[in-house]
Amino acid sequence: MPLETAPAAAPVRDTSAAARTEARERAARHRRIGVHAARAAVLAGVLGLWEAAARTGVVDPFNFSMPSRIWDQIWQWVAHGTAQGSLGEQIGYTLYEALLGWVVGVVAGVVLGIALGRIRFLADVLGPYVKVLNAIPRIVLAPIFLIWFGLGPASKVASAVVLVFFPVFFNAFQGAREVDRNLVANARILGARNRQVTLQVVVPAATSWIFTSLHVSFGFALIGAIVGEYIGATKGLGLLVAAAQGTFNAAGVYAAMTILAVVALLTEGLLTLAERKLFRWKPADAGDGR
Amino acid sequence: MSGAKDPGSPGGAAAGRDVPAIELVGATKRFRTPSGGLHTAVRDLHLTVRQGEFVAVVGPTGCGKSTTLTLVSGLEEPSEGEVRVQGGPVAGIGTQVGFVFQQDAVFPWRTVLSNVTAGPRFRGVPAAEARERARDWLARVGLAAFEDRYPHQLSGGMRKRVALAQTLVNDPRILLMDEPFSALDVQTRALVSDQLLELWSGTGASVVFVTHDLEEAIALADRVVVMTAGPATVKQVFDIDLPRPRTVEAVRLEPRFIETYREIWASLGEEVRITRERGAGSAA
Ligand SMILES: Nc1ncnc2c1ncn2[C@@H]1O[C@H](COP(=O)(O)OP(=O)(O)OP(=O)(O)O)[C@@H](O)[C@H]1O
Ligand SMILES: [Mg+2]
Repeated sequence: MPLETAPAAAPVRDTSAAARTEARERAARHRRIGVHAARAAVLAGVLGLWEAAARTGVVDPFNFSMPSRIWDQIWQWVAHGTAQGSLGEQIGYTLYEALLGWVVGVVAGVVLGIALGRIRFLADVLGPYVKVLNAIPRIVLAPIFLIWFGLGPASKVASAVVLVFFPVFFNAFQGAREVDRNLVANARILGARNRQVTLQVVVPAATSWIFTSLHVSFGFALIGAIVGEYIGATKGLGLLVAAAQGTFNAAGVYAAMTILAVVALLTEGLLTLAERKLFRWKPADAGDGR
Repeated sequence: MSGAKDPGSPGGAAAGRDVPAIELVGATKRFRTPSGGLHTAVRDLHLTVRQGEFVAVVGPTGCGKSTTLTLVSGLEEPSEGEVRVQGGPVAGIGTQVGFVFQQDAVFPWRTVLSNVTAGPRFRGVPAAEARERARDWLARVGLAAFEDRYPHQLSGGMRKRVALAQTLVNDPRILLMDEPFSALDVQTRALVSDQLLELWSGTGASVVFVTHDLEEAIALADRVVVMTAGPATVKQVFDIDLPRPRTVEAVRLEPRFIETYREIWASLGEEVRITRERGAGSAA
């Protein structure tokens, strides 16, 4: 059969191959569109059901609210501000506390994690204390911080720091411990001193470990800030939740939650972008996450 | 670090070729095993490498060849016996030693050029000069066009050549190579081996080259050291009197080569057999 078709095959196969590639691309495009459409349908379905159930009284709109009310609430905050001031100010406050807590927690976690990972003596001495501190459910520290640092941002930053510190610390520690021994040996043979080994071999080798924890830990920083605000504050999204709850305004609670989710997703996206830039040296399949 | 070099260098410089480049005198290395026992990797090893000499080391797998190299490099200390480099005892990692590792050890987060500049930069050479020297070596190993790539974007053979340039840019007097080409296909290996001989002939460095490939050992070396089954010690040393300059593909066909091969294999084959029987015994 190959003999028979050989003379005529070449040009025919070319066009059919091109056609097939195109068909495959079209199919892939259709699939993508299909997925997006289905996603939108799921969202619309859930919101629609919720709305319908609340309007017909199947669920109690006073406790469970409904999408249209939540939307009205968000719109009202955007247009007329909240009881504590403009919505932007509340978001700004929460983000500021979360970011500050995150940065402090990350820096402390990375520095201590690498130091303990590199210096055996430190790890042996401090290891048990770190374990004990880690065993405390850290969210209960928030009221204590409120007593120590008052209603201002400091108490929220502190709760964010303690939530962020531990995951980052353990990842940095593990990353520093698991550095390929060959890379360290090679660096030392090439002439690196201890400090150069730490900064130019251990730190870069541990960055992918650290970055995994950065994603999770920004979420923790937000939680720390919100919980702190919820317990007692003068500004912020957490206070918005608390205030809405205090006036039995279920729509207000949901609206604040929605805003929080959007803020969290946006910052997550920014982190992913930064990560792509930083990990150009990694093989594509890891970086592109396909 | 410089302490290891200073006592040796006055004698080394004055006596020139008389001081051996490397001396292992009754070196023994024991490792503590996870179960708490002691495992002897190298036992009572005596070996001398002369200045500018190319010594190949062959031996059955797991016998202790890599361990021997780590003793010479100063990465590990001998449990007993002494290791001397350029006449002085090894204390810590010397500045005159280059080491091409068995496993890939180029830094994956650095570009090719940055990998090769690493050594000089660690040693305090200014950035511009380090870059210049690195570019020179990249050109010599044929990778000038790839200086911006990351290691994962190179083939295995190219990565090995980066490792070679990275080591040679420091201008080591002692070059330790641990199965550097074992991951390469036969053709690339011949090519890179020839390249190594060419680069080495200009430097006058002393080389210890560990390999599993007896043909490679004979084609490259002045002397071939056969190790016993582990714990390693020197079983026999063979002088290779094939004329230089050599090319690996051509020298392989000479009658003298084949004769030498047969002779050494008779010695090495026995140790390989012992190791294999032991493996079969412990597996059962
Ligand atoms: N750090 C270590 N701790 C414990 N045992 C070790 C250590 N390094 C090597 N060994 C043991 O010492 C022996 C010799 O190891 P070595 O790596 O020197 O062998 P080798 O001759 O280089 O083998 P190969 O040819 O397979 O590379 C092995 O039995 C190995 O298990
Ligand atoms: Mg080995």
